[in-house]
Amino acid sequence: MADEIMLLDWWSSMFGMRVRIALVEKGLKYESREEDLNNKSPLLLEMNPVHRKIPVLIHNGKPICESPIIVEYIDEVWKDKSPLLSTDPYQRAQARFWADYIDNKIFQLGGKIWTSKGEDQEAAKKELMECLKILEGELGEKPFFGGENFGFVDVSLVTFSCWFYTYESFGNFSIEAECPKLIAWTKRCLQKSSVSSSLPDSLKIHDFVLQLRKKFGIE
Amino acid sequence: MEEVKLIGTWPSPFSYRVIWALKLKGIPYEYIEEDLSNKSPMLLQHNPLHKKIPVLVHGGKPICESAVILQYIEDMWPQNPLLPNDPHERAVARFWVQFAENKVPCIWRLFRTTGGEEQEKAKKESMEMLRALEEHGLRDKNFFGGDKIGIADLAFGQVAHWLEMIEDLVGVKLIEAHTFPHLHAWTKNFKQVPTIKENLPDYGEMLMYFKRARDNFLASRGPGM
Repeated sequence: MADEIMLLDWWSSMFGMRVRIALVEKGLKYESREEDLNNKSPLLLEMNPVHRKIPVLIHNGKPICESPIIVEYIDEVWKDKSPLLSTDPYQRAQARFWADYIDNKIFQLGGKIWTSKGEDQEAAKKELMECLKILEGELGEKPFFGGENFGFVDVSLVTFSCWFYTYESFGNFSIEAECPKLIAWTKRCLQKSSVSSSLPDSLKIHDFVLQLRKKFGIE
Repeated sequence: MEEVKLIGTWPSPFSYRVIWALKLKGIPYEYIEEDLSNKSPMLLQHNPLHKKIPVLVHGGKPICESAVILQYIEDMWPQNPLLPNDPHERAVARFWVQFAENKVPCIWRLFRTTGGEEQEKAKKESMEMLRALEEHGLRDKNFFGGDKIGIADLAFGQVAHWLEMIEDLVGVKLIEAHTFPHLHAWTKNFKQVPTIKENLPDYGEMLMYFKRARDNFLASRGPGM
């Protein structure tokens, strides 16, 4: 019986993008459904009653929520192709540790940059750059965080790369100036079709945020 | 088997999560108590990024963040599994572990309040969190893991034992049998599991420790709060 896979998503969500990448890496066909986050569908509310957020993967009618958990689920179920997590317990722990670090830092700090001004914005910029430098250090000389191969941490972080232009533009700074190796890594990832087909254009994100800022009166 | 060390602090619930997992699987380990007011070179070497406990050190290699450590223990020592076999059920268990990381801290915000709007807000958040556990997490199961204790139960250990201490110190009652019947029963079931029962901080000692910590915190915050 063929697998039925549906993804409840939102085009600019870094978290949704992670799932898209994982599905393409595994060569899976799926139905993508764009949610209106101001008018959440009954399906979303039924499938994720606790958080009511996207992404939600629905596999043969059963929901899986939270992007790192969804990616790990996809990796476990379709384990014969493009493994994203190592089988070694220590390597797996390291990958989960860094994915957790990314999830605790990047989204909030990035968001602060385009929603605030003055001192608050400066503080967010400084902290974001510190985090990105730490991540760049963790990457080291490896082609990917996963080593020779694209892996779980790569999936977790690369989806923020299409938001970098927005952060830089509204924050008036350059990520590449301070983290050239990290930017080189994003370009390397974008050569993979799973990544390039899953990330929207940076300018489109920037324009979207410009509209949001007008809507919320952030100038 | 390579040497296992746990760097922890009494009476941290995060430390205890790891102790429970190791004991449930029968893994021998050396426990090292860390003084968080004077962090050891060993802790700073093994967790340079966060400088926090718990840290598991296995064969000299550190693993940090208690939720990550729990999964490592499960991957490394599959006996007495803490995760189910079915991938979907595993994803559900991991969801609740993540929920514990993101949402349970509200009970510690409540711990730091004395009254007023701040306390009302923290109480409301805590109640919402408990409601989600009751209606979506636990439902009518004995444990989050089903018939037996699992990784999500360990993650919610704070709610079974530490929350009672918070309720006592702050003077609020959150979990009652008539408002959260399943959760109320679970707190009892959880603490009756022999490995858990034998490895819980003494309630009286814990109460004294946290009362002192709370008094110090409130004093340092100054008047007018």
